[in-house]
Amino acid sequence: MDKGPHGHVERPSWSPYDNNGGTAVAVAGEDYCVIAADTRMSTGFSILTRDHTKLFKVSDKCVLASAGFQADAKTLQKTLDARHQQYQHKHNKEISCPAMAQLLSNTLYYKRFFPYYTFNLLGGLDNEGKGCVYTYDAIGSYERTGYSCQGSGQQLVMPVLDNQLKSASPLVLPAVSSATPLSEAEAMDLIKDTFASAGERDIYTGDAVEIIIINRKGIRKEVLPLKKD
Amino acid sequence: MSILTYNGSAIIAMMGKNCFAIASDRRLGIQQQTLATDFQRIFKIHDKLYIGLSGLASDVQTLHERFVFRHKLYKLREERDMKPSTFANLVSSMLYEKRFGPYFAEPVIAGLNSDGSPFICTMDLLGAKQFSSDFVVSGTASESLYGACESMYRPDLEPEDLFEVISQALLSSVDRDCLSGWGGIVHIVSENEVITRTLKGRMD
Amino acid sequence: MAAVMVEEAAGFSFDLCRRNASLDKLGIKPPNVRKTGTTIVGVVYKDGVVLGADTRATEGDIVCDKNCEKIHYIAPNIWCCGAGTAADTENVTGMISSTLELHRYSTGRRSRVVTALTLLKEHLFKYQGHVSAALVLGGVDNTGPHLHTVYPHGSTDTLPYATMGSGSLAAMAVFEAKYKENLTREEAIDLVASAIKAGIFNDLGSGSNVDVCVITKDGKEMLRNFETPNPRTYNRSKGYVFPRGHTPVLSSSVKKLGDLVTVEDASPAAGELEAMEVDQKP
Repeated sequence: MDKGPHGHVERPSWSPYDNNGGTAVAVAGEDYCVIAADTRMSTGFSILTRDHTKLFKVSDKCVLASAGFQADAKTLQKTLDARHQQYQHKHNKEISCPAMAQLLSNTLYYKRFFPYYTFNLLGGLDNEGKGCVYTYDAIGSYERTGYSCQGSGQQLVMPVLDNQLKSASPLVLPAVSSATPLSEAEAMDLIKDTFASAGERDIYTGDAVEIIIINRKGIRKEVLPLKKD
Repeated sequence: MSILTYNGSAIIAMMGKNCFAIASDRRLGIQQQTLATDFQRIFKIHDKLYIGLSGLASDVQTLHERFVFRHKLYKLREERDMKPSTFANLVSSMLYEKRFGPYFAEPVIAGLNSDGSPFICTMDLLGAKQFSSDFVVSGTASESLYGACESMYRPDLEPEDLFEVISQALLSSVDRDCLSGWGGIVHIVSENEVITRTLKGRMD
Repeated sequence: MAAVMVEEAAGFSFDLCRRNASLDKLGIKPPNVRKTGTTIVGVVYKDGVVLGADTRATEGDIVCDKNCEKIHYIAPNIWCCGAGTAADTENVTGMISSTLELHRYSTGRRSRVVTALTLLKEHLFKYQGHVSAALVLGGVDNTGPHLHTVYPHGSTDTLPYATMGSGSLAAMAVFEAKYKENLTREEAIDLVASAIKAGIFNDLGSGSNVDVCVITKDGKEMLRNFETPNPRTYNRSKGYVFPRGHTPVLSSSVKKLGDLVTVEDASPAAGELEAMEVDQKP
């Protein structure tokens, strides 16, 4: 093998990470949670597939959305699923969304120095049946919010959500509910619009958006086509 | 860091019905440190022609002086104001002249044509023109601004409604960009009047 | 008067280069410039040339123009698709079209495609690839239809069908599968449109609409937004309506602008003069 200027063997540079793009949005209401992600998976200037789900149903009351590196996202989903099964065997019940949120944080921080390159949102219903959204960084720092957005379209979507849903600071006393004031139908309307807008300007967001709605009645899914260019 | 993000900025222009609006934030900073909250980035060329300059503050001021100088010379020779499209060509060629050692500023040009129809246009720092019939954005908050405008913009707005849309788009966007914000300024220009308003925004 | 005139030297100015190089040394990243990621194509058919382009311009991973024009004017019978740095494609085609215009005034003949090609490649070669324009040049002159590609360093090709830009592979795949000799006008337009669409849908740097330009010996036809296959798929039913007075304002001022009024000359000779519009000072 060729020796470089310093006498070392030179190898082509290689990164264990890729960014497959994509955007995820979640909105929590008083008695529902809507969590959505587009279905495009891409690398560089190429589309790998137009039909890859970034959403993962952890339980009947908890859905995870992961943008970023989809190989890491898949591994993360498998790990969480295994941990959830262990939890069920141990406690004889499904995990709650707030507990899952803590577990996800721990799982991410466990790989603090070789992180999962994923940008996660966890949405669902809490123990009182209220909508909850948890938003993360790649190494497990997390926060419960009323709405959030992750991925390649984050910067495009976030100001619109702020403008429409801005809620009181989590520091005010007495505490104010972080849930958004919108009805479920209004939240769906807003989310679809933000994805259409992000699809206009972010080259990594497009093809279709999957929307999962979790409420008292259960869990259902809608799909809205987006631009395919 | 890129030198275009050294001082921080956010600029938008929007088209309305026989009017246009141009808005910017008011922060001047050196990276994360705020120096001033009354910095001017939008300049009047004549009553119905404005230019906003995002990017490096020193180049913004140098360019502004050069543009005003060139417009004054034009007025002496031609005895009339420049058309917005002519001015856009002037700006573009002055930027492209420095193709291999550019000014670090991206202009947004907005004006009214002689028939009263609005004209808006933006360029990159090399002077690549981009005309638009809805909105144009520039600065460190440009991504947020694209998202906000893409959702909030509607065509054919009256001046007062256009003011609300451009202000909301600006204020929502700069709150998600650490390098811009600290209030805003909006000019709404129509055939008969110019309304200038300063906005109350978050000062953090 | 002459003393204040700015007769600036033609060509590039390098007086900020040293300042900018010193910033470079501090490790400051050079800024992003607007690029046309782009799919551009051209094909020679029976009676002329068909050029095609998508309409997306990008800055990094953000679309900054959804409907830009990438088919540039060179001469009435010669047009040129541009990919690469937007400022370069715009200015290099503009400069060459001016040169050819003057050349036509001087010679009184129709411009030839090879002339445009030579001017372009000489300019690009002189700048050693730093003027980053990748072009598909097409036209019809006295010697027939011609199609060329020009690379940023100044090398050129002469081809029956050509593609350029980040979507060139997707578009070329379509040409390789479907191209045949002596296409009709309709077949050629169809082929160009489907090649551009291959770029629009499969290359993230290309998108939005299809522009087509048909050049024959009798003239050109610009089919701007020949196809618009990417409409927005959803609009919020509620809209984003902000009531007037919604935004908090610190200060407000209104400046009235002078109306345009018609001034008529009342002197006896008024009939000979036309009424003229002047700017009334407030």
